[in-house]
Amino acid sequence: MLAADTPLPSLDTPPAGTPRLAGDLAIWIFILAELLAFGAFFAAYAFTRAHHIELFTHEQQALNRITGAINTMLLLTSSYFVVRAVQAAERSAPAPCARWLVAAIACGVGFIVIKLHEYSAAFERGVTLSSSPFHMFYLSLTFFHFMHVLLGLVILSALWLGARAGRYRPNDMNGLESGAAYWHMVDLVWLVLFPLVYVIH
Amino acid sequence: MQYKTQAVAKPYFIAAIGLFVGQILFGLIMGLQYVIGDFLFPAIPFNIARMVHTNLLIVWLLFGFMGSAYYLVPEESETELFSPKLALVMFWIFLVAGALTVVGYLALPYATLAKLTGNDLLATMGREFLEQPLITKVGIVVVALAFLFNITMTVLKGRKTAISMVLLLGLWGLAVFFLFSFYNPDNLVLDKFYWWWVVHLWVEGVWELILGALLAFVLIKVTGVDREVIEKWLYVIITLTLVTGVIGTGHHYYWIGTPEYWQWWGSVFSALEPIPFFAMTVFAFNMVSRRRREHPNRAATLWALGTGVMSFLGAGLWGFLHTLAPVNYYTHGTQITAAHGHMAFYGAYVMVVLCMISYAMPILRGRAANSDKAQVVEMWGFWLMTVAIVFITLFLTGAGILQVWLQRISATPLSYMATQDQIMVFYWLREWTGVMFLIGLVVYIASFFIGGDKKAATA
Repeated sequence: MLAADTPLPSLDTPPAGTPRLAGDLAIWIFILAELLAFGAFFAAYAFTRAHHIELFTHEQQALNRITGAINTMLLLTSSYFVVRAVQAAERSAPAPCARWLVAAIACGVGFIVIKLHEYSAAFERGVTLSSSPFHMFYLSLTFFHFMHVLLGLVILSALWLGARAGRYRPNDMNGLESGAAYWHMVDLVWLVLFPLVYVIH
Repeated sequence: MQYKTQAVAKPYFIAAIGLFVGQILFGLIMGLQYVIGDFLFPAIPFNIARMVHTNLLIVWLLFGFMGSAYYLVPEESETELFSPKLALVMFWIFLVAGALTVVGYLALPYATLAKLTGNDLLATMGREFLEQPLITKVGIVVVALAFLFNITMTVLKGRKTAISMVLLLGLWGLAVFFLFSFYNPDNLVLDKFYWWWVVHLWVEGVWELILGALLAFVLIKVTGVDREVIEKWLYVIITLTLVTGVIGTGHHYYWIGTPEYWQWWGSVFSALEPIPFFAMTVFAFNMVSRRRREHPNRAATLWALGTGVMSFLGAGLWGFLHTLAPVNYYTHGTQITAAHGHMAFYGAYVMVVLCMISYAMPILRGRAANSDKAQVVEMWGFWLMTVAIVFITLFLTGAGILQVWLQRISATPLSYMATQDQIMVFYWLREWTGVMFLIGLVVYIASFFIGGDKKAATA
């Protein structure tokens, strides 16, 4: 248990000179919790797969790796655009910052469209949460991630509005960096999820 | 106090403590019935005592939440309460309806009560925790709506803060999810499925928002830490609560006839439910250690820290203990559940309401804090009740582990009742610790009547 006299890192801006955390500590606590949730789900996937290796390998073949790969590219690209947006804000260039964010949002929307297409194909094949253990994990993991992409897009849109209003400046990057960190987390999770569920057998 | 209409909180707090005493007395009766099966039979059968024990808990916590909201909202909104008269009228309606319901439970056979109160019009009775007659349920909705109207109007006409918004979200959620108590499908699976929308989404969802808001309010007051810092923590905590708690409902869906995927969803998400509680513990200690003032009410600070620790232990740790589907397969519905239930309710909701009362009651009585002498007695009450609940939980956990072993794992499993005979000693120990809890409660109440040098009403 924590002793009352050992204060934790504060949620305030740290004093100058100390190493700086990009974004707010609060968002990092949240990201950590999100990663734990995905981590627990990934572990459960690995555990169940070990008991049904043939079933998992067989049903994995039915997934569309091409669209999965395109989606990976889309998320990676959007993360790159978000980096450019942050860099633009650091140069006090709000207009390019907003444009990079629009590009990132467009990639995210592309991901959503492709994913919806993939889901409708899967539902036509009769994939449900109860049709097999693999299908359960495939739908649960990708849908949970899908919801995070949607939330990420809401956050990016809020950042875009903020950028257009010129809210982010070299000495006031907290909001932009926090949102960017969240979007990178969404990307990172997909980079684990895609090989794990679609590729590795 | 800063706004004179905050005074309507006082009767709510007094009623809450009064009903709390009733809850504990019925707990002791039941505890004795565990070991002396026909104690008070047939006057108060076990199932009736249990119903009164749990229903009183819920009702007094609701009184506590309402009183807390009536105290908190005017101060946060920086304006008088929309209608103090409405608040007082609702107080009497709720108290009389609650008392009549309990009298009905005790004086009439349950089936007669059901017949008299229109259960054949819309059957909602007979389900654990939702045993209230239809008219009482309707009354709860009316009181809740009038209450929500009152505090929402107050927030709307005044300053809007994160704390009052989170509190409103929690209280509206409480009212909305209670509506599922009117839905009672014939299909037992569906019935249980939606029953949890009241029970789980209350205590592991919207009530946690209320808890977070009340704790944040008291911490701002007693520590003087910047509102901005405290609100940021509050946002993190409620987000974590909702992310883990909502899908975490799945940990009740393992063995009731729902699809198998709930075992995964329930296990994964509910395994993370301790995180917001841990954040709450860190929050409380961190804020107190960074305090900018020494508030004269040290008892309230103790309750705030106690809430942080005990809610994490009771709701977080003891919940995690049996939340994973493969574990719950063996522990479902055993004394492990009872152990978790006792410490979680005490640590999270009882303590936060007593924390609010501890902070607000001296101010409502015209002083910043009680005399040192009264505070010392209150802290004795705190420690007696808290230590008692820890031991009640440990004894029930011991009983539960043995029960699981003897009845469900052993190569030669015993029947339910034969198992109960084997674990009787734990029930005796639990009963005696229950007596200790009652003593703690009496000491706590006595602290309200102790004079001495009061602290000036300037803080």
